Amino acid sequence: MTETMTGAEMVVRAMQDHDVDTLFGYPGGAVLPIYDALFQQNSVQHILVRHEQGAVHSAEGYARSSGKVGVVLVTSGPGATNAVTGLTDALMDSIPIVCFTGQVPTHLIGSDAFQECDTVGITRHCTKHNYLVKRIEDLPRIIHEAFYVARSGRPGPVVIDIPKDIQFQRGTYTGPGEVQHKSYRPKMEGDRRAIERAVDLMLKAKRPVFYTGGGVINAGPEASKTLRELVRLTGFPVTSTLMGLGAYPANDPLWLGMLGMHGTYEANLAMHGCDVMINIGARFDDRITGRLDAFSPGSRKIHVDIDPSSINKNVKVEVGIIGDAGNVLKEMLEIFKAKKRAEQAEEIRPWWKEINSWRARNSLSYQRSKDVIKPQYAVERLYALTKNRKTYVTTEVGQHQMWAAQHFHFDEPNRWMTSGGLGTMGYGLPAAIGVQLAHPDALVIDIAGEASILMNMQEMSTAAQYRLPVKIFILNNEYMGMVRQWQELLHGGRYSESYSSALPDFVKLAEAYHAKGIRCGDPAELDAAIHDMIDYPGPVIFDCLVAKEENCLPMIPSGKAHNEMILPDFAGEIGDIIDSKGKQLV
Amino acid sequence: MNTTHYPTLTTQQIIEKRTFCVLVDNEPGVLARIAGMFSGRGYNIESLTVSETEHEKHLSRITIVTSGTANVLNQIEAQLDRLVPVHKVVNLTSKAAIERELALVKVAQQGETKGEHRMEALRLAAAFGAKTVDATLTSFIFELAGPSDDVERFINLMAAIGLVEVSRTGVAAIARGAEGL
Ligand SMILES: Cc1cc2nc3c(=O)[nH]c(=O)nc-3n(C[C@H](O)[C@H](O)[C@H](O)COP(=O)(O)OP(=O)(O)OC[C@H]3O[C@@H](n4cnc5c(N)ncnc54)[C@H](O)[C@@H]3O)c2cc1C
Ligand SMILES: Cc1ncc(C[n+]2csc(CCOP(=O)(O)OP(=O)(O)O)c2C)c(N)n1
Ligand SMILES: [Mg+2]
Repeated sequence: MTETMTGAEMVVRAMQDHDVDTLFGYPGGAVLPIYDALFQQNSVQHILVRHEQGAVHSAEGYARSSGKVGVVLVTSGPGATNAVTGLTDALMDSIPIVCFTGQVPTHLIGSDAFQECDTVGITRHCTKHNYLVKRIEDLPRIIHEAFYVARSGRPGPVVIDIPKDIQFQRGTYTGPGEVQHKSYRPKMEGDRRAIERAVDLMLKAKRPVFYTGGGVINAGPEASKTLRELVRLTGFPVTSTLMGLGAYPANDPLWLGMLGMHGTYEANLAMHGCDVMINIGARFDDRITGRLDAFSPGSRKIHVDIDPSSINKNVKVEVGIIGDAGNVLKEMLEIFKAKKRAEQAEEIRPWWKEINSWRARNSLSYQRSKDVIKPQYAVERLYALTKNRKTYVTTEVGQHQMWAAQHFHFDEPNRWMTSGGLGTMGYGLPAAIGVQLAHPDALVIDIAGEASILMNMQEMSTAAQYRLPVKIFILNNEYMGMVRQWQELLHGGRYSESYSSALPDFVKLAEAYHAKGIRCGDPAELDAAIHDMIDYPGPVIFDCLVAKEENCLPMIPSGKAHNEMILPDFAGEIGDIIDSKGKQLV
Repeated sequence: MNTTHYPTLTTQQIIEKRTFCVLVDNEPGVLARIAGMFSGRGYNIESLTVSETEHEKHLSRITIVTSGTANVLNQIEAQLDRLVPVHKVVNLTSKAAIERELALVKVAQQGETKGEHRMEALRLAAAFGAKTVDATLTSFIFELAGPSDDVERFINLMAAIGLVEVSRTGVAAIARGAEGL
């Protein structure tokens, strides 16, 4: 299957060949030929964002909620540099993205031409791989490789920088079937002997815990199914990172809730006290381990990860298994089934008793109020009133993000989109737009903070243009709450620059963007207001006025171990908890 | 009492040297990618050499000498291996490889130094098996190929005699025995 066409036509043709139905982009001089080629076809829908950062986050939301590769098109220079935050975000959270950037014509590269920047140089460290296309002959191969690299192994963003003259040149297009990457072959199958050793450890465990992460989501919905089967077969408790929420259903009795800095008491103490830890697709991030030398001191650790560099990076493990979580889980399940010992249920009973006593501390509880909406209460109600629908949640970054993770419960994978690794304020609204495009009939909610939402507010225009009924639910505490909380914890309550002054009137702002605005500050009216939001067929900005100085608890303060959590019933001054060494950590 | 929050460097964490051979696609930017990975993650590069080895296959061979604790060195190997254009990473240190580098060493008469120093320079060069590749009435250039330690010692000796300039290639290395990469 070969055909002659221009470089620009090849880009569009390759998108069609890779089943791309949605493209997020913003035009400019260096990509005009591609925009011209897009104009002359109907199978790829171009979504015009209002800022290139928004394009990448939208593509991330689209990708994370659908399992497909997200695709972006931006111009040279400022178009490319605006995309950098999104690319870095996708790299940190392992999201498959292919980003086309325009470049000045080849003969001008290096001359400081108009809107020239060294895109491959700038994005080398924030992409899984990148390419500068110097010859039309290479273009089709590079595009097919880019899609393969983006989605294979540990997924990530790939940039293809295409000079304008290459977009005009004619060449021969070859389809994706004929391309194989020269060097990149991630290992998908786990080593059988290592898996057997892992199962042997699991079978002997008295205090086991599953610690699952974003890798299970990356491995696809089948992997979540297998995880459920395996967990239920073993009867072991299971916790997950922020990135893995939904892989295991939150309404299940074996579920301990999220772990880590703002995780539940039972999840963190189970990690601390376990004798066998089974990590499936999580990367021992510092929000999880806390103080490394005190991290789960007595456990033998199993780690399943597709990226060999994740294994033994932060924490030394006894059994490392390199492979796709879905494949390895299947084998674990099969071996465990064959060797299962009925007595083990009895042997782990004391462990469950201990866990249940931790559960009884009710670490997600909070002081309720009749006068003011507690942010936790708002998320609780939002969950209660939407749980019977097909609901997708995105977030911005801050306290609201953690409250969403704690109080909105996910029973399915791919329903929860959040910026975990980079923690990018401004992620949630564009991501929600991407999710809504992938799931036109679903209810898509961005749980936001009043500060974060302003970082990519311009994307409301995008939502309006394409009639995307995304719901922006702002937990408006008039503070950069997470910053304020750390200032209370670490800096004597001196709230330096963390107050959200001169906020816009969010209801009027919604109206200015052709959307509906709702404001609510009374707990008694909250349910009705949420119903109004859900029932409205277009985009909504919901300004939920919440308690201003609520802290997000429980919390493992920086530099502390898992068994040194601050719980909601803590009575002292939180400003006295962290010592000078801990203050240096982030 | 452990007052730090991350484990302190204890005596068990010995800093070792390791030589990696990295086979890469000879595509633009590949060296920047590798060097950038080292600087971005805070790893040391003690020596780095690169050149195309198999032109038809577009392959280059990069030899990197680096140092760190065993954990860091294993992490470096994994980080190299996950770069998309990398075909293969081999830990040559574990294979008792042959390691050589080449140095060009310029020595010149300094102020009052007399013929005695000239003779001494030539004697040392002969002892190390260095070739004299250039000579003037007041200077020599020696070419020495050998293990880095030898090169190091030779340069130190020449410093006492009138070292002007050194140019070193960095390490090239290859595993012993019949087997290829
Ligand atoms: C304000 C804030 C607070 C936070 N607090 C917390 C907190 O309390 N708790 C918490 O958990 N997180 C928290 N985070 C998020 C945290 O920073 C990390 O992003 C998160 O913990 C990482 O999740 P993960 O380990 O699942 O790894 P991910 O980043 O999801 O990485 C996935 C891992 O799986 C591997 N993988 C990918 N695909 C596959 C596959 N197919 N098969 C097998 N393996 C695969 C990858 O190689 C990688 O190692 C917080 C973030 C912010 C912004
Ligand atoms: C782009 C960016 N800049 C700065 C930060 C640091 N930061 C983390 S949380 C936060 C405050 C967020 O405030 P808001 O959106 O109101 O959320 P809240 O914590 O109040 O729920 C800031 C400034 C960040 N994560 N991202
Ligand atoms: Mg706020």
